[in-house]
Amino acid sequence: MGLPKETHEELYTKMVQCREFEEKAAKLFIQGKVHGTAHFCIGEEATGIGVSSALEVEDYILQTHRGHNQGIGKNMDINRMMAEFLGKETGYCKGKGGCMHIADFSVGSLGANGVVGGGLPIATGAAFSQKYKKSDNITVCYFGDGASNEGAFHESLNLAAAWKLPVLFVCTNNLYGMSTSVKKSMAISDISVRASGYGMKGIALDGNDVVNIYEETKKAKKYVQKNGPMLMVLNTYRWMGHSKSDAQLYRSKEEVNEWKEKCPIKRHREFLIESGMFTAEQIKAIDKSAKQDIENAVAYAEASPEPKIEDIFDDVYAD
Amino acid sequence: MRTITYAQAINEAMSEEMRKDENIVFMGEDIGVYGGAFGVSRGMFEEFGDDRVKDTPISELVITGCAAGAAMTGLRPIVEIMFSDFITLAMEQLANQAAKNRFQFGGQAAVPMVLRTPGGSGTGAAEQHSQSLEAWVCHVPGLKVVIPSTPYDAKGLLKASMLDNNPVVFIEQKLLYRSKGEVPEVEDDYIIPLGKADIKREGKDVTIVTYGRMVQRSLEVAEKFASEGVDIEVIDVRTLVPLDKECLIESAKKTGKVLVVHEACQTGGYGGELASTIVDSDAFFYLDAPVKRLGGLDVPIPYNPNLEALVVPTEEKITAAVRELL
Ligand SMILES: Cc1ncc(C[n+]2csc(CCOP(=O)(O)OP(=O)(O)O)c2C)c(N)n1
Ligand SMILES: [Mg+2]
Repeated sequence: MGLPKETHEELYTKMVQCREFEEKAAKLFIQGKVHGTAHFCIGEEATGIGVSSALEVEDYILQTHRGHNQGIGKNMDINRMMAEFLGKETGYCKGKGGCMHIADFSVGSLGANGVVGGGLPIATGAAFSQKYKKSDNITVCYFGDGASNEGAFHESLNLAAAWKLPVLFVCTNNLYGMSTSVKKSMAISDISVRASGYGMKGIALDGNDVVNIYEETKKAKKYVQKNGPMLMVLNTYRWMGHSKSDAQLYRSKEEVNEWKEKCPIKRHREFLIESGMFTAEQIKAIDKSAKQDIENAVAYAEASPEPKIEDIFDDVYAD
Repeated sequence: MRTITYAQAINEAMSEEMRKDENIVFMGEDIGVYGGAFGVSRGMFEEFGDDRVKDTPISELVITGCAAGAAMTGLRPIVEIMFSDFITLAMEQLANQAAKNRFQFGGQAAVPMVLRTPGGSGTGAAEQHSQSLEAWVCHVPGLKVVIPSTPYDAKGLLKASMLDNNPVVFIEQKLLYRSKGEVPEVEDDYIIPLGKADIKREGKDVTIVTYGRMVQRSLEVAEKFASEGVDIEVIDVRTLVPLDKECLIESAKKTGKVLVVHEACQTGGYGGELASTIVDSDAFFYLDAPVKRLGGLDVPIPYNPNLEALVVPTEEKITAAVRELL
């Protein structure tokens, strides 16, 4: 019973790294060091980290535009993530994709997506390959509450169910798609009920409880291997604006503050200390080292070369 | 050599490659026991079974994305979209995902898939089942675009498309499915590399640059002009992307007079690209007349058979356009 200490440490460390990564990234924006945009998952760390950490390398994930947690959970290299954020040649996409297209095929990330719901169809294909090759692995497809209103959601869940493809559909319900509240965009409050329309199992979880998410993902993987797709909705909240520029006129400070109280990192930290698994000093040491990891990543990224225009045609086509 | 239909040629290309490579899977609407809306895949379900010939739900977007995802993870899928008009429903996955995933992920992905789909008018299927939308896909870097005009080309080009490591949009011509032509014996395997145009008729006085169904029509016009002593060269572009620019430019230099013909609506059509490929090159200095374009009228394809026939380039219109150049 209970997760091993190393797993707790892994989950906690990754969540702190993710928070530090994004806080640092936000600062770089303010300093004018970054061109382009980014979508931060601060407050939602437990979702992607809980799920991705429960997978094996051979399991695939399809990430969203708000997916630093999903990638860090899958053990992506923070240096290369930061380098991509800064548009450098050493970045995951050679500086050509940016945060919204981060991918690491070596750890099973088939890429983040700039198109809301764009990863859903791709996930069915990745799972089709797994099933065709009789592999035991599964594909996790991340998407948001907003994406669940796209036609791609319907087509993908239906196909996955009809073909019993090994996909775990993970919906991060942070209550908004950009400025639009789920209250305005759908007539249901529990997105997991949508699964039943496809003859699929659907569950809804507290999206700020990293331990439970991790454990439920392990279970879900077994279920999916045996029965085909499943929908897992993680209810959480985005603390920051939608992207770089968002005056947040669509929600109240009180609402945001209420959710800040439910911080997934604070919650896990308190659990780790109260259960006696870690001392406050040990936790501080982890926090410090995570901060240092991010400083190192920024140093790596800043020292990295810019991509060269001579290489612009690389990778438009494969040989 | 043997004589088979364009549809059989496509069926043979798929079946022969599927026998060689287990990673090739084929998916689409009603391609199984039904054999596809135009009967192209007849017999394939029986030979390869449900694992490899997959009848899909009527969901063009996810079929295309499923193929892209499978391609990114080691398979080599072929997708059939029942009518090329319905690539409009698949476009997001085709243009934003399949086409870009290699580039935007820094070369980590390869997307070896073929999207086969029949295009063109002439069947009385009206506005939503008759379009020639090749320009839509030619405009997306990352995609290759092929339109064969004969059974020989269809078989060889489809094999090359299936062996290519990129997403290839392979636009078939509905009205050519039953047309016949010579292809090598089954033992004599062949491919036609993408990016090579074919001079279907050599000539020295005028060049017609065309593709698809308009190739045959242009050849017929050329034969009629031959009796008047006008020698027309007919170039079948075959692969729109990548384009064999050299072939067009050399021919233009030789004849000095060029007519570009296609069935698709003229405005924004690929003919503009073909014409400017010539005008942009040193062939410009050899031209004796402006490069002429003859595309379909800028209207939806109508139902009435007389109207339908008249909105695309007819022999008469091609003939008149050639005369303007002489
Ligand atoms: C197809 C498409 N429509 C609109 C957008 C613009 N857009 C980017 S993110 C976003 C909100 C998505 O909401 P959700 O799926 O809930 O994800 P979240 O941003 O909340 O994580 C929108 C509208 C887009 N990128 N793609
Ligand atoms: Mg949302």
